[in-house]
Amino acid sequence: MKVVADIPSYVKCRHVCGASLAANRCFKFRLNVKDVNEEEYFAPGHRGCAGCGCTIAMRLALKVAGKNVIVTHATGCMEVISSPYPETAWRVPWIHVAFENSAAVASGVEAALKALGKKDRVKVIAFGGDGGTVDIGFQALSGALERGHDFVYICYDNEAYMNTGIQRSGSTPYGASTTTSPPGKESFGNKTFKKDMPHIVAAHGIPYVATASVAFPLDYMEKVKKALSVEGPAYVHVHAPCTPGWGIASEKSIEVARLAVDSGMWILYEIENGKSRVTYKPTVKKPVKEYLRMQKRFRHLTEEHIDVLQRYVDERWAEVFGED
Amino acid sequence: MPHKDVMHGSRAVAEAVRLCDVKVVAAYPITPQTHIVEDIAEMVANGELKAEYIMVESEHSAMSACIGASATGARVFTATASQGLALMHEVLWIASGMRLPIVMVNANRALSAPINIWNDQSDSIAERDSGWVQIYVETNQEALDSVIQAYRIAEHKDVLLPVMVCMDGFVLTHTVEPVEVPDEEQVKRYLPEFDPPYVLDPEQPVTMGSLGDPNYYMEFRKQQELAMENALRVAKQADEEFKEIFGRGYGLVEGYNLENAEIVLVTMGSLAGTIKETLDALGDEKVGLLRIRLFRPFPKEEVRKALAQAKVINVIEKDVSIGFGEGALMTELKSVLYGSNAKILGTVAGLGGRDITMTHIREAIERAKRALRGESVEEVAWAGLKEEAL
Ligand SMILES: Cc1ncc(C[n+]2csc(CCOP(=O)(O)OP(=O)(O)O)c2C)c(N)n1
Ligand code: SF4
Ligand SMILES: [Mg+2]
Repeated sequence: MKVVADIPSYVKCRHVCGASLAANRCFKFRLNVKDVNEEEYFAPGHRGCAGCGCTIAMRLALKVAGKNVIVTHATGCMEVISSPYPETAWRVPWIHVAFENSAAVASGVEAALKALGKKDRVKVIAFGGDGGTVDIGFQALSGALERGHDFVYICYDNEAYMNTGIQRSGSTPYGASTTTSPPGKESFGNKTFKKDMPHIVAAHGIPYVATASVAFPLDYMEKVKKALSVEGPAYVHVHAPCTPGWGIASEKSIEVARLAVDSGMWILYEIENGKSRVTYKPTVKKPVKEYLRMQKRFRHLTEEHIDVLQRYVDERWAEVFGED
Repeated sequence: MPHKDVMHGSRAVAEAVRLCDVKVVAAYPITPQTHIVEDIAEMVANGELKAEYIMVESEHSAMSACIGASATGARVFTATASQGLALMHEVLWIASGMRLPIVMVNANRALSAPINIWNDQSDSIAERDSGWVQIYVETNQEALDSVIQAYRIAEHKDVLLPVMVCMDGFVLTHTVEPVEVPDEEQVKRYLPEFDPPYVLDPEQPVTMGSLGDPNYYMEFRKQQELAMENALRVAKQADEEFKEIFGRGYGLVEGYNLENAEIVLVTMGSLAGTIKETLDALGDEKVGLLRIRLFRPFPKEEVRKALAQAKVINVIEKDVSIGFGEGALMTELKSVLYGSNAKILGTVAGLGGRDITMTHIREAIERAKRALRGESVEEVAWAGLKEEAL
């Protein structure tokens, strides 16, 4: 895995121990199930589909953040299902402005908190879907990261534009069928591989970048906690299934998300002060086919294309975990 | 103490921003606006203005950051022009829809293509339905004063709408004029602290920017329209109180030589200066000027009153609605004066910075005079057009 520029040693963990994050991982971040905040800040009763993986990403992140946070949100499925006027699922201050500007809105919120002397008390989280992050919101995110605002950006990646009816995004995996990458006589589905957004973000030299999965809640929450604790921008890219978008039964979404990680289709790591560290190594490497088989979006794939995906995964696996 | 100085229009705006104690500035450079945000950057760098200054990566993000900061409870400012304003288009509607009292100066500049950095007013006219209050200023002094008034109007609890102060690019931004800079204490007296009714605050969580389905959407829009109606009253009041404290007022519209005028030229912005000079030189009490200062909300009553005696009106404006054959102000005047007997003519002038000279103004008056005599004249003329190049 690529290593990006070193983070200056003044970047300190200001959450618990105050140790320099440039030193080893601060073990105080280790979470235990019993440490998890029982308070809910993302309320039940929202309009999300049964089995939606993305709502889990919202809910768990807020459990870590607690009440003293302001959330900005990009247009997308999570925004729509959580805020139909006059209802709201948000028990923390929340603002949605447009599709491509969650990070820019967050910069404004952060600047205002600074100017009003409230910054020490209130954290800022920006949410965006994969489309709102890796495609249309890319510029605003890059700008906000480069300017060094103290905020956490969480991209919930369901691998397509779900809100508008499952169109492909730059984060859609190879071969996936979406409404704009349908298989047909001349097509095997999506022709491109997933954009490597976490590394593109890491290239900004920000203190903390992590990938996560809703199937690994403690790992995800530890990462959000760490992201909130560093000074400056932090980025968490969380893989989260969409039941209609992926074509899976609602009770299968966590199983599918777990298989994504166990097959190597999604790798859990963090890049802290420029140093990469894998946070979970699957004990048994599952074949990609097993992951694909569970989802309608891949059902049309022939052996040839499955092989392409398996090879792609094998290469990355070797790079990250070594040959085995 | 207020002090008088000679300064560029852009400096005058920066002085106003400093006096209004703006807390967050998010800006992106574009000619002819850039000097404004450069001057503000200097003030922040020197500690004259205690504000967070976000050097965003685009105008879209400038407005987005202003929205975020305003929603968090900070008084915010940005400035732009032309392509920058067009890039903001999407978020302009969101700022007004979310009822955030953001103040922005637009240094009026032509839109591409062809790319052109010079002055006309097509950029802000194109945003007339975006729910922003729009003020068009004539002088650098008025630019400074209008920015201060803009916060009063925007933040009034009966209004809560964003305000765009439009000043002609180069003609004002890059021109030096004597300007009286008010005293900080005076401004404090005039402009109360920003105290918005709802802010993003963990102590009292609110949801902003909800989804409004067909059951609710229309009421949101109607409330904006009602707020605009209130803005008419509040803007008038804000100007009157400004006059009491600072000794200068502008009105929502400004009449010049109107008392006995049968022919009235109508315009917005700095062109009023050239027209006034032409009228002075002409010395004809039958020819007057009406300058529209507040364009949104449109002061219909004031305009009807001011034009009650006019027989021929010639609207000289720096914009054109392509495909409708005339400028937007002319169309709107026709609507406001519907049923009146006045003949309404239009003059499209100064697009892309083409000079508007006193000769053009005299031609516009001549055309109006011929119409008054009952001769048939062109309804819309393009001033200074090179016919041979078409
Ligand atoms: C400027 C703009 N373009 C397009 C849209 C339409 N649109 C709304 S949400 C969306 C897709 C969102 O995709 P993603 O960010 O992946 O979030 P998801 O819905 O998958 O959760 C699109 C295309 C929009 N609202 N604004
Ligand atoms: S469509 Fe997908 S992302 Fe949207 S609520 Fe349903 S499962 Fe979640
Ligand atoms: Mg998506």
